[in-house]
Amino acid sequence: METVFSARAWQTVWQYRATFISGFLNTLQSALVGLLIALVIGFVLGLAAVSGKRLLRGIARVYVEFFQNTPLILQICFLYYALAYSGVKIQVVTIGFLGLGLYTGAYMAEVVRAGINAVPRGQFDAAASQGFGWLDTMRLIILPETIKIILPPMVNQMVALIKNTSCLYIIGGADLISCTYNFVTGVETGGAYGPAYLLGGLLFFCMCYPLSHLAGRWEKRLKAREQTKASAEEAQTGEEATV
Amino acid sequence: MIQLTNVHKSFGDLEVLKGINLTVEKGEKLVIIGPSGSGKSTMIRCMNGLESVTSGEVSIDGHTMTQKNRAALNRQYSSMVFQQFNLYPHLTVLENLTLAPVRLKHMSKADATELAMTNLKRVGLAHKAHVYPATLSGGQQQRIAIARSLTMKNPVIYFDEPTSALDPEMVQEVLDIMTELGKEAITMVVVTHEMGFAREVADRVIFCDGGQIVEEGTPEHFFTCPEQERTRAFLSRILH
Repeated sequence: METVFSARAWQTVWQYRATFISGFLNTLQSALVGLLIALVIGFVLGLAAVSGKRLLRGIARVYVEFFQNTPLILQICFLYYALAYSGVKIQVVTIGFLGLGLYTGAYMAEVVRAGINAVPRGQFDAAASQGFGWLDTMRLIILPETIKIILPPMVNQMVALIKNTSCLYIIGGADLISCTYNFVTGVETGGAYGPAYLLGGLLFFCMCYPLSHLAGRWEKRLKAREQTKASAEEAQTGEEATV
Repeated sequence: MIQLTNVHKSFGDLEVLKGINLTVEKGEKLVIIGPSGSGKSTMIRCMNGLESVTSGEVSIDGHTMTQKNRAALNRQYSSMVFQQFNLYPHLTVLENLTLAPVRLKHMSKADATELAMTNLKRVGLAHKAHVYPATLSGGQQQRIAIARSLTMKNPVIYFDEPTSALDPEMVQEVLDIMTELGKEAITMVVVTHEMGFAREVADRVIFCDGGQIVEEGTPEHFFTCPEQERTRAFLSRILH
């Protein structure tokens, strides 16, 4: 076994850099497609969870409870074997998208639901008093108001989603964790544990950190915008009551 | 214009409205007074369907209010000014005014903007058109809310305790605008504790207590010779 500082181990890693790059790209791709699925599920089920229809609320509840209370890795295995045995020809990478999307969707639904519930009742009243229907109320008034509220927890879920691509290892995915693990246990490349894991970790960090950092800045900007005083216009006219 | 027929409303076991019968004429300025918990806010919220009635009927211009047609009726007939203003915080003042007319009344953006600016001038806040509500004082927000309801161009405006959440020094600026509106053809239903406003603007005052209309009449009647003991007790408490 080589140590973290072994030049030879680093050299092997460098030699096989394409493996890590492709793992990185695969993880990124799985995360992006998974995120898209998760966002759609999250908004649809989040809205269903706050709707007046008991059936819709029930469906949302059952979905969320089911996916939150069983391990992702089991869900992925189940998808893989269930689909394989039912004769559906489906690529591993597609199962990855689906598994990650369905699972993260449950968490996104909870984020959306909590966000909507955090909007003051008066906003719903104002919209109803103006004659907005339910969908318009959500689309034009409530959801835009929740963005500030749901952004931080949503980004947490995105980061978790990226890290959860590691579960794809169980079905022979080509994600970053799978690539890294295959590399360190490979016949030709085996042994370079330290450098390989360090690099893998660094690549994950490169995906997750900018995401949370950018989201934090966006959130701040949104908050600042609503507190912004008027521009030059206000200074010129001053306040005058002309009823 | 607005008719409440034997309206009952309960929240769980609590019966808040116990058989309200009331007709509001077109153009009438109706002021509803009464102690807190008397059901007056619930009554006005039943008028535009924000609360659904437990039994009885609410109708506006002959159309019975249901949860299904509430949006359509409100779009066409009424606006509401709330105690907590309820401006949309993610939109600028101007966008707050134009959102519903553009989306619901098929008004062009240019027309809606022009109308909104006219109404902002009326409430003396045209220079605030491009700021967000959070930067304004309570009085200013409420004046914006009134401008927003005017921009709907609907025949009825409901006011649900419009000055109760304001700092004392801001109450007058809002009342002045409402008094000015009182000179127009708009139907106004106002839940308030402002007796000066009631005296000056109301065509009719109704006093609610315990979920019922206890007494109704002209402002003169109310402030000179109220008949019911409960009315007298309430007025003496609030006027002194």
